[in-house]
Amino acid sequence: MPRFATGDRVRVRAAHPPGHVRTPYYIRGRTGIVERICREFGNPEELAFGRHDAPKVMLYRVRFSQSDVWSDYKGASDDTIDVEIYEHWLEEVANG
Amino acid sequence: MADRGHDHVHASPVDEDSPHSYHQTLEVAVRELLIEKGVIDADEVRAAVEEMDARTPARGARVVARAWTDPDFRARLLADAPAACRELDIDVSPAQLTVTENTEDVHNVIVCTLCSCYPRPLLGLPPSWYKSASYRSRAVREPRAVLQEFGLDLPETVAVRVHDSTADLRYIVLPQRPEGTDTFSEDDLAALVTRDCLIGVAVPRVTRTVAEPASP
Repeated sequence: MPRFATGDRVRVRAAHPPGHVRTPYYIRGRTGIVERICREFGNPEELAFGRHDAPKVMLYRVRFSQSDVWSDYKGASDDTIDVEIYEHWLEEVANG
Repeated sequence: MADRGHDHVHASPVDEDSPHSYHQTLEVAVRELLIEKGVIDADEVRAAVEEMDARTPARGARVVARAWTDPDFRARLLADAPAACRELDIDVSPAQLTVTENTEDVHNVIVCTLCSCYPRPLLGLPPSWYKSASYRSRAVREPRAVLQEFGLDLPETVAVRVHDSTADLRYIVLPQRPEGTDTFSEDDLAALVTRDCLIGVAVPRVTRTVAEPASP
């Protein structure tokens, strides 16, 4: 079961573990909205070490406002960036 | 280990002539070992290279032209791109292909900041600029400046939506059908859709043929 639903506000963990991580640095710690739930995929952090029987993880596409990602962003306020992020990299954000 | 009489290094015909980088040398070494141990054979390597080279952006252009002429196909393509591509006998596996549609208000651009993930089954091998550190970092940080350098100046009323292919999905852009193409056949339309339109750094344009002045 996906932990998050489309439209949920989520924050990317500001963590820096070693290994084969597919969460770009520039998006860590940023808050966005779940654009869609993709499906479960093998966890690249496990696959990179040959652990093919590791549990699969849910993948989401999260949409961020560019002006939330870059403080000096030059462009329209509607400009966005969509990034695919695995569930264990996402945290709930209290609404309000 | 048996001496195979290799007292000199010779390039395989599938290799480039230029001196090998570290990773190319590594690939050659692994490939030669796999062949030597009978895991794969040279013909399989050749066939895989041939199949990779056979993929060109013409495949992506065919998909777009169909979407422009068949609204039901367009809807199926946006909902489930791999299934829609199979209708055209195009197998996009193992890519989890996702189509992002340009509209009056939204322009989409594809990048892979972490490496060079690219919708190869539909576009073939990526251009070298797609893999450059400059494109990968600037396309997310200042996409409008990058698009401008590619000759695409978008008004502020159009939102720029960047898609970073960080994980298991691969993207192509479904551009807007240009005006003045009502009489175009599907093949004519496909000819307007270049690789860069499918990445999102350009939009399809109808190139007007300037009439030759009548010879005196």
